[in-house]
Amino acid sequence: MKMDSLPSPLQSGEMTKIETTPNAAGTGAGNKPVPVAAVRHIGKRFPGVVANDDISLDFNAGEIHVLLGENGAGKSTLIGILAGMQQPDSGDILIDGRKVRLGSPRESLDHGIGTVFQHVLLVPSLTVIENLMLGGSWWQKLARAAALARFRELSDLLGVKLDPDALVGKLSLGEQQQVEIMRALWRGEKILILDEPTSMLTPQGVKDLGEVMRRLRQKGVALILITHKLAEAYELGDRISVLRLGRVVGAIPPDERRQMSEQQVTDRVIAMMFGAATPTDATQAELLLGRAEGRSARRPVDRSGAPRLRAARLSTAAERGACPLHEISFDLWPGEVLGIAGIDGNGQKHLAETLAGQRKATGGTIILDGHDITAAGVPERRRAGIRYVTDERLGEGTVGAFSVATNLLLKEIGSEPFWRRGMTDWTRIHDHAREKIQRHDIRTPSEKTPIGKLSGGNIQKVLLARELANEAGIVIFNKPTYGLDLQNTRLAHERIVESAQHGLGTIVISTDLDELLEVSDRIGVMYQGRLVGIVENGPEVELEIGKLMTGQVMTGHTNTGQAITPRAAS
Amino acid sequence: MSVDALRLGPDRTREYAAAVARVLVPILLALAVGGAILLILGKNPLTYYGYVVQRGMFSWGGLQETMTRMAPLLLIAAGLIVAFRAGIWNLGGDGQYLLAAVVTAALAPALIETLPRGLTLLICMITSIAVAAAWSLIPALLKARYGINEIITSLMMSFLGTSFANVLVKLFFRDPATTVPQTRSLEVVDRLPRIFGTNVHSGILIALAVVILVHFMMTRTAFGLRLQIVGANPAAAIHAGLKVGWLTVATFALSAGLIGLAGSVEILGVWGTVRADWNPAYGLLVVPLVFLARFNGIAVIGFALFFSVLMIGGESASRRIGVPQDFVLMLVGLLLVFLAVVEYLDHLRRKRAGV
Repeated sequence: MKMDSLPSPLQSGEMTKIETTPNAAGTGAGNKPVPVAAVRHIGKRFPGVVANDDISLDFNAGEIHVLLGENGAGKSTLIGILAGMQQPDSGDILIDGRKVRLGSPRESLDHGIGTVFQHVLLVPSLTVIENLMLGGSWWQKLARAAALARFRELSDLLGVKLDPDALVGKLSLGEQQQVEIMRALWRGEKILILDEPTSMLTPQGVKDLGEVMRRLRQKGVALILITHKLAEAYELGDRISVLRLGRVVGAIPPDERRQMSEQQVTDRVIAMMFGAATPTDATQAELLLGRAEGRSARRPVDRSGAPRLRAARLSTAAERGACPLHEISFDLWPGEVLGIAGIDGNGQKHLAETLAGQRKATGGTIILDGHDITAAGVPERRRAGIRYVTDERLGEGTVGAFSVATNLLLKEIGSEPFWRRGMTDWTRIHDHAREKIQRHDIRTPSEKTPIGKLSGGNIQKVLLARELANEAGIVIFNKPTYGLDLQNTRLAHERIVESAQHGLGTIVISTDLDELLEVSDRIGVMYQGRLVGIVENGPEVELEIGKLMTGQVMTGHTNTGQAITPRAAS
Repeated sequence: MSVDALRLGPDRTREYAAAVARVLVPILLALAVGGAILLILGKNPLTYYGYVVQRGMFSWGGLQETMTRMAPLLLIAAGLIVAFRAGIWNLGGDGQYLLAAVVTAALAPALIETLPRGLTLLICMITSIAVAAAWSLIPALLKARYGINEIITSLMMSFLGTSFANVLVKLFFRDPATTVPQTRSLEVVDRLPRIFGTNVHSGILIALAVVILVHFMMTRTAFGLRLQIVGANPAAAIHAGLKVGWLTVATFALSAGLIGLAGSVEILGVWGTVRADWNPAYGLLVVPLVFLARFNGIAVIGFALFFSVLMIGGESASRRIGVPQDFVLMLVGLLLVFLAVVEYLDHLRRKRAGV
């Protein structure tokens, strides 16, 4: 398929139908583009929820259409329907103006709709080209030459350089995503759906992705971008539609969008997302954006006393697929938030696991309040006040098939008063859960609901409720807002700042630098398993952190007076 | 099933109906296809199934045999439930069962000469449990220490165990008084006491108690919950600070121990001796049964009864209408095939419903 292929002509009847939609109104009557894809009056219900309620949207060639909305607004359901993974209960899907049925992901791909999901879905042990050839039917021979030709075609289209014989597992996440985009476009480059594509990427990766998206737009691909980041929506979006509770609650068409400043776009979107008609709502919206209260409002950390936690020359053993630690040293004082920045995969995971006690250190010591706890396991450290809010909420933080109630006590199994002499007191466990659910505003049908059925934000609330309960002294947050919407992100940030104000020592590991700049007192940077520098948070530290992140600076400045392990000559 | 695994919500009734269908449909399909095969062979399937039910359930002698057969099946099922719920696939049941049986057969006639019956029986059972648990140690340690797949190692140990049990019978515990190689025999009067003058030995009571205890342990104790967490999400188990290695070894030992108890009870209750090359191969037979019951300790009692009726009734029915004895095994095979098919269809259904 060639990229300059234009949408096929429409029958007049369907044309009229399209003109009546509210979103097409702003595109101007003169050269009205025929939408490559459109949904009309889509409705989809799940038990107890209306996920999509009469959604009508147009997706035009050469346009980036941004879908915004809080978790549960219905974006994922809509994408699932377009990707052929779910069937709408009512409404139509139009491709080039013709009604189609997308009964399976295969049919969706055949119509030129490609989807790139939030998480990488590639086989790491296969090469790039092998991954791309996976889509064929089982009876087909693998046609490598043809695949390579298509690969080159798409490389040109995307403007990226990838080795087709490189193992996917060895590529960076940004590169893996490029492979995903290629796979999505493999059978036709008409429509590309990107579901929160930047959440896993480095700043450079985000920039590259932006380039790729602009290139595709220029080549006439219709792009659908789902994101939680308003800056991204402004930066990349031609057309912005906002979903709320399963409905389209507002849209900014391209020509209107062009005349608006970022501030105006942001305000409009926030107003649509939260219906900021009243002053209270407006304040809430301000809060969500983090404008009302910045880090400047925080009092400085008192570092005259003894540090709460001291890590000295911590090292871990290498393991496949994970970067080990190399002599990490830092101090953490009570009431302090230490941010850990760095490109994903530079040892952050090992650092969190080693501090939490679920990974053995091969060298170095961890001192908590003057006691050496290097040899202690998770339960002992938990009793000593160390808490770990993991980034893998369903992967390791919870057991998806088990109830919310059980998951709230996952780290307390066997302890009083919920267990007496090893016997489970389910009544007490469920009472405890109901109380937590209410206090932490966890949205769940019941305390017995399997936690895997909750949204990411609510699972995170369960984890926060579990980890911040009873005498927490040190809390380690690993990517605390990954995959969360604005409201839940705000909530998580508030909890972090709040716990620091209560005198907890807090470590926040994140790949989102803006987040670290907002919550941290100091920011340490990890590079290839080393802590290459710790920087006092302040205005214009981004550049310095950026340099540290990419390994351009070997040692950071040490304005806290502590030793920082210099990078060994290599 | 644990309180956790129960699906709650407005569509609860439908889920219950689906759960029942998941169990009944494969059974009915297996019986139907089995019947079709009988038709092809020129036999009347209704006569066959009639004989099965009549012999297995509605004749006094057959019912007693069925009850007797249930004892080892239930104990093995209890052992498998412990392991499977913890995500550990102990497929070494046959080896563990036979070794325990041989040890019991070797010990019992010797002990009874000096010890009272109750003590003899007890020592035999405990020793058998220990021997079977020890036999599971190699796959358990390999799994806990190096993450080596226990399906392969336990199965290999099972073949070794079966052969080793034979070697023991033929070389070390052989009764010189008999021409066929077998161990010395425990007199009928010294075996497990019968229930109320029937021919059913008290092993069935032990088995019922054990399977209910296991169910209680899995649903109502911290240990059971820990095992299930290891089974459901090993990463979460590590995250929560559970000692996954220790739990793996403990699960294996418990599972193998219960299977060993099955072997011991069968010898102490029914045979009194182990003949060379004796291998009822219950270990793998119980696996589909446990799956049918979805690892539920209470539900498995019903399925064990069903299987026992099929086995006892099937043996006699096959003889009476003139089909090979192995016809029952074919029914079990069909059941497995349909179980897998229905499981797959149910998976699709749930995916479509977005559950």
